[in-house]
Amino acid sequence: MSTNFFTLAHSPHDYSDSSVKKIMYGVILAMIPALAVSIYYFGLGAIKVTLIAVVSALIFEWLIQKFLIKGKTTVFDGSAIITGMLLAFNVPSNLPWWIIIIGSLVAIGIGKMSFGGLGNNPFNPALVGRVFMLISFPVQMTSWPKISILNFSGIDAETGATPLAIIKEGLAKGDKFSDLMSNLPTSYSDMFLGQMGGSLGEISAAAIILGGLYMLFRKIITWHTPVAMIGSIAIFTGILYGINPEQYADPCFHILTGGVLLGAIFMATDMVTSPMTGKGMLIFGVGIGVITVLIRVFGVYPEGVSFAILIMNAFVPLINKGFKPKRFGEKINSKQ
Amino acid sequence: MAKTFPKGGVHPSENKISAGKAIEVLALPKIVSIPISQHIGAPASPVVEKGDKIKVGTLIAKSSGFVSANIYSSVSGTVAKIDNVMDSSGYKRTSVIINVEGDEWEESIERSTNIQKQINLNSEEIINKILEAGIVGLGGATFPTHVKLSLPKGKKADVLIINGVECEPYLTSDHQLMMEKGDELIIGTKILMKALNVDKAIIGIENNKPDAIKYMQKLADNRLGIEIVKLKVQYPQGGEKQLIKACIKREVPSGGLPIDVGTVVHNVGTVYAVYEAVQKNKPLFERIVTVTGKSLVRPSNFLVRIGTSVRQLIEAAGGLPEDTGKVISGGPMMGKALNTIDIPVTKGTSGILIINKKEAKRYEIQNCIRCAKCVSVCPMGLEPYLLMQHAEKSDWEMLEKERALDCMECGSCSYTCPSKRPLLDYIRLGKSNIMRIKREKQK
Repeated sequence: MSTNFFTLAHSPHDYSDSSVKKIMYGVILAMIPALAVSIYYFGLGAIKVTLIAVVSALIFEWLIQKFLIKGKTTVFDGSAIITGMLLAFNVPSNLPWWIIIIGSLVAIGIGKMSFGGLGNNPFNPALVGRVFMLISFPVQMTSWPKISILNFSGIDAETGATPLAIIKEGLAKGDKFSDLMSNLPTSYSDMFLGQMGGSLGEISAAAIILGGLYMLFRKIITWHTPVAMIGSIAIFTGILYGINPEQYADPCFHILTGGVLLGAIFMATDMVTSPMTGKGMLIFGVGIGVITVLIRVFGVYPEGVSFAILIMNAFVPLINKGFKPKRFGEKINSKQ
Repeated sequence: MAKTFPKGGVHPSENKISAGKAIEVLALPKIVSIPISQHIGAPASPVVEKGDKIKVGTLIAKSSGFVSANIYSSVSGTVAKIDNVMDSSGYKRTSVIINVEGDEWEESIERSTNIQKQINLNSEEIINKILEAGIVGLGGATFPTHVKLSLPKGKKADVLIINGVECEPYLTSDHQLMMEKGDELIIGTKILMKALNVDKAIIGIENNKPDAIKYMQKLADNRLGIEIVKLKVQYPQGGEKQLIKACIKREVPSGGLPIDVGTVVHNVGTVYAVYEAVQKNKPLFERIVTVTGKSLVRPSNFLVRIGTSVRQLIEAAGGLPEDTGKVISGGPMMGKALNTIDIPVTKGTSGILIINKKEAKRYEIQNCIRCAKCVSVCPMGLEPYLLMQHAEKSDWEMLEKERALDCMECGSCSYTCPSKRPLLDYIRLGKSNIMRIKREKQK
């Protein structure tokens, strides 16, 4: 009789084939269309910015893990690549390289690793980096190059403001929204496809939605946050537009410009920093939407998505406490 | 449209490799060891002594309380000794060890395979017969069947639910039973309906068993009151509360029993045992066991005498494969890993699953990325990630507040976790500590 040693462990004895790596690389794949569009319109600049952001994010994470935390390296789980890419997506394509590196250090070092790495950060690391850059280098962060097609010359095209900034400035001066819109070089269909100035990844609604659909299909994200966020922006700006269509921009404009779609689909849905239940995600999304519109319409900055997401990130623990999943058998129990 | 329960659940690979394998009668063992505690509740007390000559179907241990069950001999021969033998729990438990001589059955048992349709007993007599025959829930929970049938005062059932779901991957014993003993199951269902005094019964079957659904539908066709409900494949649909929700849309309250919503659930294996006890006067001493695994030579469904060594089952299925990593009593989701195959088959052994070395390994644990997958798959609406956090901090009070005791340990959370976190391990730790504190308070 041979002696057999069997593995002893509690059930379950079977595991699904999902993994952190698969989820992270799924997100990266979903960002490819948006990246492709930005390379198409911003050329070499887009490639440069993305590469610098991703490589520096990887290096900073590796260095911090190796020398500060002295733990196992998780550089290859894909999350640092996502942070780097999102960071690049949120800046103009002509941003000087050293600013990107500082942003990357803040994103990874302060935004992520100081809390203990992946899973422990309360705020979206890429947004922490972005907001840091925006406040520290406002000039460089808000001068976007005008789009040109497949420009690999390395010579920066002339810069200009985004439609969002042009409209905001115009409305503040008392110009009518309809006049401002007719003076804009871009139509809504241009904006949908990505033919407008802006940060790298935010210009093409079509590409972002494509990525979003892929993540929905792979069950990496759920519909709750994006729908709640975009829906609340549409309703809020719709009400304002209804009150005075000459003084406020219409909902379509608000959704297609700036970082609304990028934020709704790629950043507000970040698993680590969003709520755990559908109900919670709806509240979270509505919160982001409302704060975004408040900042855009009544605040100083033309764009408010980054701030809105970071502010709502801070409420996630509270939302998780307040919006529990419906317990099986609870309703009947409390009736008795 | 196939029905299912609305909240949570996962769909592991079904791996029903022994499906369609006809039930084989396993050769008589040379020796059996029959534990006196094969059920939930008080262990039975032995009524035989060393040297006693006994037959197949002789009572060897008597039920010692309301929640307890009689134990019968599965073989004829001589009692060799009463000793402590390890069972699937990993603990040594009192067992009656019998040397097998021939195969002589008690005369009272009707051994013909004729289908006995006429139900002569009344409700009370049926429940007594079931109590006497030592029948327990054969789905794996082994809760004494007569207790479920003896309704508390003031409670009334209006529908009986028969569990033919077999949602555990790999296992096929219930499926095969439905295919081969359909007539008996319908009669067994009628018997239980009479015992409970209900005029409606539902047999729930998942639609990965279309042949069983079709066959049972055909049999139930001309009998009023029995309905076959097609269910969408979704683990853990075999869980009592999930099955009730799926079939009749009623939700058993937290901490409550199915009878609180007017129903009682029995497994098809139990129904067959009830048929045999009531119509054939045969106590429970054998059951169908699936022996399966990807590297096993011949995965099979065996009819096994209780007390047979698991080793004999595995040998009959082609022997223990070289690359065996884990041997599991039950299915891959809720089964128990065994540390030896020299343990007896008991009333609760629904299957023996062999898992190879590679699949037996657990993955490396990573940080929780708060993806909320565990929350979305929990069929009880709990937050496994949060329960694990509390358990890690030994905060048993918070665990109880977050309803850890509602957890039925289906394992969907651990199964689905992309970070491979041992969520269920920690929830179990929490549950056992909550129970310990409760016991201490009672003292």
